Amino acid sequence: MAMSRDEVLQKVQEVLVDALGVDEDEVTADATLMGDLGAESIDFLDIVFRLEKAFGMKVPREELFPVEGLLNSSDLVSNGKLTEKGLAELRARVPHTDLREFEKDPDINKLADLFTVNAIVNYVDSRLNPA
Amino acid sequence: MRWIWIDKFVEFESGRRAVSVKNVSLAEEHLHDHFPGFPVMPECLMIEAMAQTGGILVGQARDFKEKVVLAKISKAVFFDYVVPGDTLRLEARMETAAPEAAGTTGRITRSDQLIAEIDLMFSFIDQNLAGKKFPKDNFVFTGIFTNLLQEVVLNHTRAEPQPMESGA
Repeated sequence: MAMSRDEVLQKVQEVLVDALGVDEDEVTADATLMGDLGAESIDFLDIVFRLEKAFGMKVPREELFPVEGLLNSSDLVSNGKLTEKGLAELRARVPHTDLREFEKDPDINKLADLFTVNAIVNYVDSRLNPA
Repeated sequence: MRWIWIDKFVEFESGRRAVSVKNVSLAEEHLHDHFPGFPVMPECLMIEAMAQTGGILVGQARDFKEKVVLAKISKAVFFDYVVPGDTLRLEARMETAAPEAAGTTGRITRSDQLIAEIDLMFSFIDQNLAGKKFPKDNFVFTGIFTNLLQEVVLNHTRAEPQPMESGA
């Protein structure tokens, strides 16, 4: 299924408008799901369900929102921040996410800010149009 | 005891759909205040009725082993007032299921007239990501809920309810 990035963005916007009850103009590419759009944990699952329907593909939750398993290991987290090893693990798990800003201060409380509209678009785009 | 807000199930297809009935009566005390001289069923109680219908559908699909709680009202749109004497038909369909949650879509009708569309998400709270522990007993599905299902025959494959056996 050929679909341009703009078309993907538009569909992702529709999904988020329905799932989160926000206005379309709030769903900008760099809006964060939790901070800007008010998503809670159950919403992430709702978003996964809706993406699967909208794009007709299976979306393994850990591929789209893969951070959950990261926080339980003292190897990866120290003093509330990701260690070098943790950062490396994070990079491997979220290849669709821009981590440059986060790496300057890898506070785990800021992990939520990594989930942006853009990260979802990147993920869907990479699934639909594999390089 | 638990608060039961639907009267009975009339159709039940395990893991797929459930249809329940709720009769609205002026004997319900809140209708005297909501509103004086103009009794209408509060919309939140239509959501409750759908949550019980969908919640039992979702719970039964896991043999009532999970503690199913309402986690999200994805959609709730109402098209008309509901008044004493009305019989509501609530149909819930299980659309999505994951290890930790499930989603339903639902329609409420009154004699084929669409009254409301209500989509819900239910969470299985023992599967929460925070690893929080809850009491072992399933406090959600006590006997009184499951008793509601006894009148409809559970059948995984049959689409239409069969006629009751007659004595003749």
